[in-house]
Amino acid sequence: MNDAPERAIVIGASAGAIEALSVILPALPADFPAPILIVVHIPSDRSNFLSPLFAAKCQMSVREVEDKEPAERGIVYFAPSNYHLLVEEGGTLALSADEPVQHSRPSIDVLFESAAEAYGAGLVGVVLTGANEDGSSGAQAIASAHGTVIVEDPAGAYAETMPRAAIRKCPEAHVMALDAIAPFLLRELGRS
Amino acid sequence: MSDSIEDIEMRLLLEAIHLRYHYDFRHYAQASVRRRLRQAKKQLQFDTFSAMQEALLHDETMLSRILGYLTVQVSEMFRDPSFFLAIREKVVPHLRTYPSLKVWIAGCSGGEELHSYAILFREEGLEDRTIFYATDISPDALETAARGIYSLDRIAGFTENHRAAGGKTSLSDYYSTGYGGAVFDKTLRERVVFSDHSLVTDAVFAEMHLISCRNVLIYFDRTLQDRALGLFRDSLVRNGFLGLGAKESIRFSDHASSFSDFARTEKIYQRREP
Ligand SMILES: C[S@@+](CC[C@H](N)C(=O)[O-])C[C@H]1O[C@@H](n2cnc3c(N)ncnc32)[C@H](O)[C@@H]1O
Repeated sequence: MNDAPERAIVIGASAGAIEALSVILPALPADFPAPILIVVHIPSDRSNFLSPLFAAKCQMSVREVEDKEPAERGIVYFAPSNYHLLVEEGGTLALSADEPVQHSRPSIDVLFESAAEAYGAGLVGVVLTGANEDGSSGAQAIASAHGTVIVEDPAGAYAETMPRAAIRKCPEAHVMALDAIAPFLLRELGRS
Repeated sequence: MSDSIEDIEMRLLLEAIHLRYHYDFRHYAQASVRRRLRQAKKQLQFDTFSAMQEALLHDETMLSRILGYLTVQVSEMFRDPSFFLAIREKVVPHLRTYPSLKVWIAGCSGGEELHSYAILFREEGLEDRTIFYATDISPDALETAARGIYSLDRIAGFTENHRAAGGKTSLSDYYSTGYGGAVFDKTLRERVVFSDHSLVTDAVFAEMHLISCRNVLIYFDRTLQDRALGLFRDSLVRNGFLGLGAKESIRFSDHASSFSDFARTEKIYQRREP
């Protein structure tokens, strides 16, 4: 897969996720030059409503991940509820039904850590609002692999626990208001 | 990255497991194997994977401990109830037309899925004509499956799933409490053959009418998925059924054309006429 994108965005969000993602995703153009992989914590009985919801508001195509599909530019992928989402080397997406990690399945840490290994410096990780600490170890892993970490400013976040935890574990993160994130991603990806 | 020392060590470790014990994890989906090997290393307190490899080569008791990390034993009864509802409402009417049936539950884990089928087949009056083959590579899983005892705190979830799967009886008809758990009736296992069988290294062993292999293929890379799907194709009677996990699909496989969609959203496929 020589044509696999060298860059990717991973996003993790929990309480308040839908509102936060609704600020970021619709602001990105259909030809956004990287795949966007997203883990949202949602109760498993409300599974699978995320991709239709965002498909209706986004210019990028939006879908739920199918096991072993290649991550492609211009596509937003949501992890299905009850499965972890991981990235294989070469940018293939893989699901797993392993135990929840810190009570979460899908787990933001699991996605971020595997994506950090697959994309290294090409990865941008975004930690948004949430009432738990998932994503902080993952953010640290992204930074150690020389990727870029963005954290939503806890001051403006719907739930501040998750962004605060991420900043604590990953002090090099760029902290910014929600509406600054899409422009940052566009600039960051425009450079490569 | 793939040449990091840790990566080399992990590959050598998998090679060692294969050469020494004939379990082949070399083509499992990597990201998840890596995660679980790191967990094993940490919890078993090895400094490096090389140290783990040495212990594993010289001490047979290490194998089952490491297998516990490499195979994922997460399951429930009537997992994804809509799948079992589709089996009941759509597949069972076809199965009724056969005088005798063989059903293979591949990667049966601790037997939750097997017991779900046994109960469903009893409810539908198919049990007496059926032989179930329940296979896995994990000896611990097979032993748990053959015992049929589940902890009581899981029963509420199982009961709810059973009902949502169109259960015609009460789940409590099938177990009694004892040994600190819910002990499922041994008559449910009377028509079951438990067997050690690997989808990676073993061959076809009987002609099946229904194969259920759920949440096993996601742990394989595409090459292994292809091998397993080829095995299923060769094991199924004409128009036989294959049920996969909710997020598994044959779409990316070389064998996609050997199957047709039967209940698409539930990932139930039918073997095409050759
Ligand atoms: C996540 S469990 C799935 C349990 C059950 N089928 C379900 O869907 O609830 C995966 C099972 O696959 C088994 N397994 C892993 N590799 C296998 C192989 N090569 N051949 C057969 N079974 C395998 C594991 O031991 C484990 O029991």
